[in-house]
Amino acid sequence: MDSQAIATHPGEHEVHEHPAYLRHHFETVEQQREATAFGMWLFLLTEIMFFGGMFAAYLIYRNWYYPAFAAASNTLSITLGATNTAILITSGFAMAMGVWCAETKRRKGLVLSLILTTIFGLAFLGVKYFEYKEKFELHHVPGADFSISQFVHPSAESKETPLAPDMAEKTQIYFSLYFAMTGMHALHMIIGIGLLVWLLVRSQQGAYTNGYVQPIEYFGLYWHFVDIVWIFLFPLLYLIDRHPGR
Amino acid sequence: MLPKRSYLNNEYGLKSWLLTGDHKRIAMLYLISITFFFFLGGSMAGLIRLELLTPQPDLMASDTYNKLFTMHGVVMIFLFLVPSVPAVIGNFIIPIMVGAKDLAFPKINLLSWYLYLIGGTFTIAALVLGGVDTGWTFTTPLSTHYLNTHVVTAALGIFVAGFSSIFTGLNFIVTIHRMRAPGMTWFRLPLFCWSNYAASILMVLGTPVLAIAIVLVILERTIGIGVFDPAKGGDPLLFQHLFWFYSHPAVYIMILPGMGVISEVISTFSRKRVFGYTAVAFSSVAIALFGFFVWAHHMFIMGVSNYSALVFSLLTMLVAVPSAIKIFNWSATLYKGSITFETPMLYAFGFIGLFTIGGLTGVFLGSLGMDIHLTETYFIVAHFHFVMVGGMLMAYLAGMHFWWPKMTGRMYPEAMSKLAAVVTFIGFNLTFFPQFIVGYLGMPRRYHAYPPEFQVLNVLSTAGATVLGIGYLMPMIYMTWSLKYGAIAGANPWQATGLEWQIQSPPLTENFLETPIVDYEAYDYDWLANKTKHEVTTVG
Repeated sequence: MDSQAIATHPGEHEVHEHPAYLRHHFETVEQQREATAFGMWLFLLTEIMFFGGMFAAYLIYRNWYYPAFAAASNTLSITLGATNTAILITSGFAMAMGVWCAETKRRKGLVLSLILTTIFGLAFLGVKYFEYKEKFELHHVPGADFSISQFVHPSAESKETPLAPDMAEKTQIYFSLYFAMTGMHALHMIIGIGLLVWLLVRSQQGAYTNGYVQPIEYFGLYWHFVDIVWIFLFPLLYLIDRHPGR
Repeated sequence: MLPKRSYLNNEYGLKSWLLTGDHKRIAMLYLISITFFFFLGGSMAGLIRLELLTPQPDLMASDTYNKLFTMHGVVMIFLFLVPSVPAVIGNFIIPIMVGAKDLAFPKINLLSWYLYLIGGTFTIAALVLGGVDTGWTFTTPLSTHYLNTHVVTAALGIFVAGFSSIFTGLNFIVTIHRMRAPGMTWFRLPLFCWSNYAASILMVLGTPVLAIAIVLVILERTIGIGVFDPAKGGDPLLFQHLFWFYSHPAVYIMILPGMGVISEVISTFSRKRVFGYTAVAFSSVAIALFGFFVWAHHMFIMGVSNYSALVFSLLTMLVAVPSAIKIFNWSATLYKGSITFETPMLYAFGFIGLFTIGGLTGVFLGSLGMDIHLTETYFIVAHFHFVMVGGMLMAYLAGMHFWWPKMTGRMYPEAMSKLAAVVTFIGFNLTFFPQFIVGYLGMPRRYHAYPPEFQVLNVLSTAGATVLGIGYLMPMIYMTWSLKYGAIAGANPWQATGLEWQIQSPPLTENFLETPIVDYEAYDYDWLANKTKHEVTTVG
C-alpha cells in the first residue's frame, strides 16, 4: 500500500559496523549499555522493596519484643556469623576483581576470579548449613517442635536473664524472621551461584573479555547487592544486645 | 489491500510465535490469554449474580459461593485488570509511540508472558483442585490458620504473575527513558506513555512487597513460621499493611494505563491537543506518588490508630486532586473540539462518566465516618466496580477498538460496535448502580443470602449483569469476525498524530524502516494536515 511495505532494502546493513553483541533493536552500543544498566538498577530496586517488607516487620517486632529479640539473638554464634561476613566480603572482592579482569580483557584472571567467587559463596552456604542444623537441634525452629524452655530457664553459665513465658514465646517471631530473612538471602546466593557457573563456562570459552563486559558487570551488581543485604542482616540478627563477657 | 509484509506474516508456525521477541506478537499472545481469563472471571461473576437473584441460597452452598467470589477477584485483578492495558495495548503501542524497534528487553518481555501463563496455571490448578475461599485479599489469620482450601497454590499463582507484572513495568520504564527516537522529548510523548510510565513505577516498587507478603503467608502455612500469627506474637495487621501497600497502588496500576487510553481517544476524536498536556502528564505521576501513601484506608475498621486513620483519610482525598485534573482537562479538550462519535469515543465518554462516579464515591469511602457505615457493604462493591469495570474495562475496550485497525490492519464493524458500546454502558449501570443503594441500605458483601427486602435491587443488578455479559460477548464475536472480513483500515484511519499511525497497519516487525526523527509536538493536528498536503503535492 505504501513504500514501507516493500520488503527488500539492500544496503541497509552494510553501512554501519556493529559489534556482534549489539542487539538489533538498539541504535548504538552506548544506548544498549545505558538501557541494560538502567534495567539492572531497577531490578535491584525491586529487590530492595522485596527485602524491605521483611526489614519493616523486623523493625516493628524488635521494638515490641526487645527482650525476646535480645535473648534469641544471643543464642546465635558470633564467630560463625563474623566468619560468614568475612567470607562474603572476600567473595565480593573476588567478584570485583572479575569485573576488572573482564574490563581489561584478562581471560585467565576472570576465570580465576569467578572460581574464587563461587568457592566463597559455597563456603558461606556451608557455614549457614551448620548454623541452621544447630537451630533444629536446639528446638529453635518455629513450627518444628519449638521450645521456649531455654529462654525461661537459661543455664547458669550462659549468664542470661530469664524471660517471662509470654515474652519467651515471642522468640518465635525472632526466629521466624531469622529464617525468613537469612533463607531469602541464601536463596539469592543459590541463584547467584547458578548464574556464576554459567558465567564461568562462558568465560572459559572467551566470552566477556572481548569488550562485551556487561553480563559480568551486572552480575557483579547483583552479587554485591546480596552481600549488602547480609551486611545489614549480620548486625540486626547477631549483634542485638551483646556485652563483653557474655 | 493489506501490506505484503507485516509482523503477522513475517514468519509462520507456532514456534515463531511462542519464541518470538517481537513486542507486537507478545502483545497478541497476551491478548489471547487475557481474553481467556476475562471470560473465566466473567462467568464466575455471572454465577454470583445468578445466586443473588433470590434471597435464599438456592443455587450453591455458602462454601461454593465463597470460592466463586474469591476466584472472580483473583482472576479479574491479577490476571486481567493488572496486565490488560499495559501488557496488550502498551506492549504493542509504546515502543512504536516512542519511535523504537522494540521494548528494551524483548526476551524479558517474552519471559513475562510465560510467567503470566505459569501464574494463571497455578490459579486454575487451585480452582480445579477444589478452590480457595479466602477472598482475593488473603486476609490473615483466616488464610493462614482457619481454611483448608488451596491457599498456597493460589498464592503461588499470584506470586509468579506478580513477577510478570514487574518485568513489564521494568521494560516500559527503561524503554521510555532510553529508547526514544531523536526529537522525541519527554514532553512530546503521547500521554499514553506518561500514564503507563507512572503505572510502571507502581508495578516495579509495589509488586515486590506483595511478593514478600505472599512468601510469608506461604511459609506460615507450610512450615509454620509466625510473622502474622497472633498465637506466636505476630500481628495479622502487619499482613494487611504489606498487602495493601501493593494492593492499593495496584488499583492505580489498573486505572492509570486506562486513563492514558482515554487521553489518546479524546484528543483524536475532538481533533484537539489535550488541554493542559503538562498537567495531565504530571497528574499521572502524582497519582503514582500519592497512591503509595493511602493504603491504610482499607483498614479503618481494623483497629489502626485514630491519628494514622486521620492522616490516611486526608491523603486519600489528595489522590482525588490529580484524578480530577484529568477529568477537567479531558472535558476542556472536548470544549470547542470537532467531536465525532466513533466507537472508541463512546467508550471514552462512558469512562469519564462512570469513573467520575466511582472516584467520587471513593472520596466518600475515604472519609472516616462514612467509611465505618459503608465498608464491607455493597457500596464498596459498587464503588470499585465503577472504577475498575466502568472505568478500566471501558478504557480497555476503547483502546482495543482504537488500536484494533493498527494491530490487525482491519476495521471492526462500526454500527455493531457502537451498539455494543451502548449495551455495555446500559448493562453496566443497571448492574452496579442498584448496588450503591442496596449497600447504603446495609446489605453486606460476600454473603450468598440476604434479607428479602433487598430482592428488587438485586434482581435489577442480575438483569444488568446479563445485559453487560452480552455487551462483552459482542466485541469478542465481531472483532474475531473482522480479522477476516473487516474493511481494510489503512495506515491512519483516525487521522491521529501518534507515531504509530504514521506507519503501515499492521506494522512491520521492525516497526520503522529507518529511525523516525520527531519534529512536532504531541497531538499536533496542523502538522498532520500539512504533512498530508505535502504528500499529496509530491504524488501530484
